[in-house]
Order: sequence, then structure tokens, then C-alpha cells
Amino acid sequence: MRADWSIYISFIGAGLVMLLPRNAKNLIRWTALLTGVASLTVALIGYFAYNAWIKASNAGLWDVINIPWITALGSNYHLAVDGINYPLVVLNGFVCVTGILFSWNIEERVKEFFAFFLTLIGAVYGVFMAMDLFLLFVFYELAIIPKYFIIAIWGSTRKEYGAMKLVLYSFVGSALVFIGVLAAYFAAGLGTFDILELAKHPIAGHIQVWVFPLIFVGFGVLAGMWPFHTWAPTGHVAAPTAASMLLAGVVMKLGAYGCLRAAMLLFPTGFEHWRWVIAWLAVIAIVYGAAVALVQKDFKFIIGYSSVSHMGFVLLGLATLNVTGMSGAILQMFSHGVVASLLFAVVGRMIYDRTHTRQLAELGGLRKALPFAFWTFLIGGTASMGLPGFSGFVAEIQVLIGAFQMSPWLAAGAAASIAITAAYILLALHKVFFAEEEHAGAAPAHGHEVGAGDSRWNLPGITCPEVVAAVILMALLVIVGLYPSIMLDMIKANVELFPGVMQ
Amino acid sequence: MNYLTVFRALGPEVMLLVTAFVALTCDLILQHHRDIPHRMRVAGLITVVGLLGTILVLTQQTPAVLLGGTLVVNALTVIFKLVVIALTVLTVIISIDYPIGRHVGEYFATLLFGAIGMLLLISAEELITIFVALELTSLSLYILTAFHKGALKSQEAAVKYFMFGAISSAFLLFGMSYLYGVTGATNLNEIAAAIQTTGSTPLLVVALLFILVGFGFKVAVVPFHLWAPDAYEGAPTPVTAFIATGSKVASFFVLTKFVLISFGGMQGTAFWCHLTPGWTMLLAFMAVASMVLGNLAAIVQHNVKRLLAYSSIAHAGYIFVGLLAASVTGTTAVFFYVIVYALTNLGAFGVVAALSEKVGGDELEHFDGMAKRAPFLSLLMLIFVLSLAGVPPLGGFFGKFYLFMAAVERDSVNFGLLWLVIIGIAMSAVSLYYYLILLKHMYVHKARNEERLKTPAYLNAALAVAAAGVVYLGLNPQPLLTLLTNLVERM
Repeated sequence: MRADWSIYISFIGAGLVMLLPRNAKNLIRWTALLTGVASLTVALIGYFAYNAWIKASNAGLWDVINIPWITALGSNYHLAVDGINYPLVVLNGFVCVTGILFSWNIEERVKEFFAFFLTLIGAVYGVFMAMDLFLLFVFYELAIIPKYFIIAIWGSTRKEYGAMKLVLYSFVGSALVFIGVLAAYFAAGLGTFDILELAKHPIAGHIQVWVFPLIFVGFGVLAGMWPFHTWAPTGHVAAPTAASMLLAGVVMKLGAYGCLRAAMLLFPTGFEHWRWVIAWLAVIAIVYGAAVALVQKDFKFIIGYSSVSHMGFVLLGLATLNVTGMSGAILQMFSHGVVASLLFAVVGRMIYDRTHTRQLAELGGLRKALPFAFWTFLIGGTASMGLPGFSGFVAEIQVLIGAFQMSPWLAAGAAASIAITAAYILLALHKVFFAEEEHAGAAPAHGHEVGAGDSRWNLPGITCPEVVAAVILMALLVIVGLYPSIMLDMIKANVELFPGVMQ
Repeated sequence: MNYLTVFRALGPEVMLLVTAFVALTCDLILQHHRDIPHRMRVAGLITVVGLLGTILVLTQQTPAVLLGGTLVVNALTVIFKLVVIALTVLTVIISIDYPIGRHVGEYFATLLFGAIGMLLLISAEELITIFVALELTSLSLYILTAFHKGALKSQEAAVKYFMFGAISSAFLLFGMSYLYGVTGATNLNEIAAAIQTTGSTPLLVVALLFILVGFGFKVAVVPFHLWAPDAYEGAPTPVTAFIATGSKVASFFVLTKFVLISFGGMQGTAFWCHLTPGWTMLLAFMAVASMVLGNLAAIVQHNVKRLLAYSSIAHAGYIFVGLLAASVTGTTAVFFYVIVYALTNLGAFGVVAALSEKVGGDELEHFDGMAKRAPFLSLLMLIFVLSLAGVPPLGGFFGKFYLFMAAVERDSVNFGLLWLVIIGIAMSAVSLYYYLILLKHMYVHKARNEERLKTPAYLNAALAVAAAGVVYLGLNPQPLLTLLTNLVERM
């Protein structure tokens, strides 16, 4: 089964869901879940086949399909996979499956929800696999619209504002990309949009210098690049759980992936010109995101800003342009995708859907009420802090080493944030899951009788879909953390082929 | 040249004329005692059958040049006539359930007269014929605009439309008379030859200016757009659809011929660092004004038809960007975009026509929660609106991409037209905002009344065909593009 079937399966699934009667909610959920599992299976089979292949031979691109599409533009329907995009394809599959599981409790307009959700998933698969600039752009823009409806219809807290902001940021970003792509196309004069062809013949340096920032910033907007990150916290907070997972877990990676595949690959001179600016902006994002997360009162905003901080590591790693840093950046994309999905699931699904509040001051003592949520957050949180044994550690340490090779100051700035990350995660952990004594102390004033070991919360238990999904994500963190070569080998082998990369 | 050849070359127009009279007579004589819905269905059926017959006649046509180059029939005109006929069919279908009053036969006959004018306009390559065809179209549309007999808004819109239209016709005629005076010819090709020898003279500049003003009114670009929002809002919605699509297709086609052929010698340039007088420069100013003003004004609209009116002003601006590239790619892009735009807009107005009468109005609030009340038509509206916004994989996206690409291609060394593209793309981003506002009302807001709306199956099917066309042209634009490119190269 070719890897591109992940795309088609998702779109077919979206179509099937549309055809089902709107009251057959369980049927719709199961159809969506099966679609997600099928597309993930296709992706995983291909992943391991590629992994075996890469050990046997040299790394490189696996062409999936390459047929003429719009010959007037020189645009081909060209999809391919390699060690850089396969981890992200697999990540998308996992976030899709777990996202559907965490959305099992959606009761309102189930059919439309899963149709939009699967359309988004299919488009994201397409962006990751596209090897034609025009095709990539088509999938990229296709991914924008479903997000609006998912957030605006099923979201919470200022959902219409958050959704519109997210969509307009993305669209403005893609407008910048559009201008850059057109300029690059004509400057190259090859009459093709094929990324590999364009990469072989870089355009004149003085044009690269202004085209590169257009494309990099255009994609960077979606990657949460400082100072264009402001859509991220509001968007994440407004979104329903599955969409927050998808936004932070996958969609932000679309941006970073576009920066890598379109901007950095095609404009080496431009990249060299702007590399230091990007690196410092990334460090600012890392520290700023972490620092702002520290003072948030809304639990979901903490995770939202932590995403900005962690995506800073990705951009920093990319900017190092050495094998260690870039491999770390790509692994960080995967790792943060899983961590962010897990944390948003805890906040949005396990806690908010039950308590209907996310204010740290109102939460507290959930450890006894929702022990599973506690353990999940503990594992996700420690992975987020970058503790050894989890994938985040492997990724971030490599980015830091890479950054150190570029400049010790960059590494120092980024490393400082790790302490802040530990602080906000532990603070949140304390306020949400412990801090019972304070509340218990205050409770009698309200006339509550709080006995020892008793909780003021009376919440429904964690359901089976949530447990399954959380276990899948946690397992991924641990597997990649303990056995990173399962992913890192293929990433490294392909990063070494990246033009101009330093050892 | 005998009259039989002319008659055969004008087969489609004659066919429509016959259909119009059949529809009119049938309704007057045979149906007079029946109730209006029945009369609408019968007259609509006759019209659709006549239009389908016209399509058959059209496909049998052979290339011809008639009456010394006054009328031309070739593959390109056939394609555009097919587009106009298709738009008329859709207009008729969305009209059948629309309450236009008791003048059923007159309505369909006038609609067909308008369509005949558009077909003639597409074929015409001579000043007087162009003017007569344009007037035939316009006068039919003025009458149709006023068809909401009881509604004051409709009357006001018709008067406004008529006044502006009459003045624009005067401008056009004035410009044409100068053009004739200077060049001594009325045929577009002969005018082109004359201009090549004389070069640009002050009188020719006046002629060019006046003709552009005249067409500027017809295609509703800023600053000649003032009639559009009122006319669009006041007219019966199927008529709005027809004004916004059919008449624009024909007007853009003839305008393209005018500027590219006749005024080929007065092109000028619109490059950002090198503006020289000529029609490209004038079009560039109008394009910028339309894209900026159309999109910004659309943001504050509360009425769906007004919103679409401003959006269509903005779209005329995008089309001008392709037109002023004055290249094969640019002209192909213009034709492709005009076709996609017409199909999309007709679909959008069709959905509005189908739903607004059932919910009691066409304000944004009336469309609240439509996704629940009419899920199928809402889905179609989603496709149409997103295509207008330029979201892939829909036709509007590719059309816009190709337009802007043609503009950049024109001067790919210094990127002379990139400034227009940048404005266009920035304004596209703005446009997404108001298109999403419309979709937000339909998909996000809760309906006050959750009752399901039933629409006739033929209406749903016709609009679904339009939506399928929009999706197809986005996924696989190459066939149409190849066809148009070949024909434009021969132009």
C-alpha cells in the first residue's frame, strides 16, 4: 500500500461520514476511528519499510507518485517520503487516532465535526508528503479552513475570535508564501514547481535574500515564530480538545516543516543571510513562551504558551544548520507533537469537560478525583520538562548541542528556559492536582464537610477511549525516549543529505 | 454573402428568439387561467428546453466571418456562448421557484432577450454592433431588475441601474464616435491597423478613456461601481445572479477584445517603477481601487447580496490584473477566471435565491444556522463562497493563482507587476474575513427557528452541478486551460 493512501483514506472517510445519518452518532464515531486507524496503519507500514530500506542502502527520497498535474504551470502531482517527513506523517496519524478517541464525548453535530476533522487530517498528510511547491501550497491552504469551523463551532472561551484570528494569521502567512513562491518560480525560470528540481538550481543570491524571509516568515507564522505567535495561545485555548491537539501537535509542525522544506532547501544563500536573526528570534520565543506560561492563570494557556516555547526549539535547531541541531529539531517536532497532544487532552478533555473550569485558582485536589489524569499529566509534564527517558530529552539536548556549536550564547539562552519550564509545569501540577489542603481549609466556610481522603470534586470517571488514547501517546514518548534510534537514524541520514549542512 | 449564411451563423440567437416568443405566447394564451407556480414551471420548462436546443445548435457551428467582419463565429466565441447559455439555464432554474409576480411569460422572454444580447456581444467585432448588443442586454436587465413589482427597493434599484447604465452608454457611444472620427473605421481590426499608423493622439486618448469608462460601468469596477450594490440588492435574486454573471462574462469578453486588439498600439505600461500612459496603466489604477475598496466595503455589509456585490467589484479588480498583463497567459487567465467566477457567483446567488424567500430576507441574520435547516444547500454555499475566497482545491483558487502568475510573468526580470499581485493577495486575505463571516452565520450561529427548509430537487441538482464544476475546475484545470490557451494564441 503506497504511503499516499493515508491522504485518500482520510478524505474518503470524511466523505463517508458526511453520508451517514446525523443521528447515528456511534456509527459516525466508529467510521472516523476506523478511518484514522487505517490511515495510521498505512503510514506505519510505510515507515518501517522505509526504515529497513534506509539501513540497507543510502538515505534519500522515496517517490510515492509523480504524475503531471497542471502542465501549464509545470506542476506535478508529486508526493514523496523521506526521513524528514515520515516521522511527521506518523505523528499526524497518531494525533488523528487519539484525537478521535478524545472527541468521543462530542454530542453536538458529530457528523460535521468528524468530517471537518478528517478533511484537516488528510490535508496535513498532503502537506507533509508534497514534493511540488504548488501542491504543497494547495494542501497547506486546504488545511486552513476546517480549523475555523472546528474551533468556531465546537470550541470554548472566545471561540469565534480565536478561530478568526488563527485563520487570518494562517492566510496572511500563506499570502507571504504565495508571493515568495511566485517570485522564486520566475526567478528560477525552470517552468517547474518541483521542489527537488528547484533545489538543484538555486536562484540568484540577491533575490534569495528577500524571497527567503517571505517564505520563511509565511510558514513561520504557523510554527508560532515570535513575534507572530499570538494566534497560538488564543487559538489553542479556544479550540475543542481534538483541535488543540491537532493545532499544537501537528499544525504548528506544518509551519516548521514548510520552513525547512520550502524556505531552507530552496534558498540556501537567503537562509545563510538570515540564519542568525532566526536563531535569536527562536531563543526569544523559547524564553518568552516559557516565561509567559509561568504567570498564566488559565491551565490551557499554560500549555498554549509552552507550545510557543517548545516550537522555538524547533526553529533554533533548524537555524543551526548542523546535523545534530537539525536532527534534534525534527525529533522535537515529533516529540512536542506527542507531548502537546497529551497535555491538551488532559486539560481539555479529562479536566475541563468534567470540571467546566480551567482556572488554576478554582481547580485543585484533582489527584484523588482523577488519578489517571494526574499520572498522565505527570508523565506528559516531565516529558515536556525534558527529563531523560522521554523523547523530549533526546530532541532538546541535540538542539542545545547544535546551538552550542553555532554560538554558546544561543545555547545558554535556550537552556535557561528549561528551568522555567520545570517551574511552570510543577506549579501547574501543584495547583491543579494537589493544593487540596488550601481548598479544604476554605471549604468549611462554605458549609462543606470535607473529610480526610474525601474530595470536594464529584466527577465522572475517566472513560475507556481516553485511557486508550493517553496510553498510546505515553507509550510513544517512552519508546522514542528509550530507543531514539527508531526515529533518529532515519532523520540523521536524511539531514546529512541536506545541502550545505555542517557536521 | 447571402442571408441564409447569416441566418445559419446566427442560429443560436435565432433559436433563443423563437424560444422567447414561444414562452411568451404559451403563457399568454394557453396558461392564462392557471395559477402562477404552474405557469412558472411550464414557462421555465419551455425556456430550458429552448436553451438546451441552443446548446445543440451551438455545438454544430462552423467558424465564419459575417457581414464584412461585423460578426465573428469561432471556437472561442462558441465556448463563451456556451458559458452564457449555461448561466442562463441556471438562472431560469433558480427563477422557477422565485416569486416574481404574475408576468411570467414576460419575465422569461426578457431574460432570453438579455441572453441574445450577450451572445451577439460575444460575436460582435464592430463598434455599432457592439453598442446595439450591449444596449439589448442592458435594457433587458433594467426591466428585469424592476420585476419585484411590489417592492420599492426593486424599483429604486432599476431606476438607479438605468440612470447609471444610460450615462455609461453615452460615454461609450461618445468614445466610439471619437474613435471612428480618428480612425475612420468601425471594425476592431481596422481600428487597430489605423492606430498602428497614427500612433497615440490626444483624441484617441479621449476615445480610450471614454470607452474604458463605459465598460467600467458595465463590469462594475471602482470608481464606476456605485450602481452595483443597490442594483444587486434590489433586483430579484435570480436577476442579480444574471447581472453579476452573464452580463459580466460578455462584457469582459468584448472589453478584452477591445483593449487587446483595437488599442494594442496604446498599451503603455503599469510597472511600478515605470508607468507610461496607456490602457494598462488606467486598468492598473482601476484594479487597485476595486480590489481595495471592494474588499474593504464588503466587510461592513449586513446584507448577503450587498456583500456579494462588493465581492464581485473586488473580483473585477482581480480580473483587470490579468487583463493588463496583456499576454497570452494573462488573457487565458482572464477567460478562465471569468468562467469560474461566473459559475461560482451564479451558484452563490442561486443558493441565496433558493433560501432567502423561505426565511423572509437576505440579511446575514436570516442565514443563521442554515447548516442545520438546509444542510445540502449550505454545503454548496460553502463550496461557492470558499471558491470566491480562493481556497484550494476549488476553481477560484486556481483561477486567482493563474491571474497573479500571469501578472508576475509579464516582467519576470524586474517583477514590474508584482506590486499589483501583492495588493491583490493582501486583499484576498481581507476577503477571507467577510466570506468567513457569511459562513459563520450559516454554520456557527444558532438558528432561531430550526425547521428544515425544503427546496425542489431540480434546483438542488442544478446548483450541485455548478458546484461540481467549480470543484472540477480546481482539481483539473488543465483541459480548459489548454483549450483556452490554444484559442487565445490564435486571437
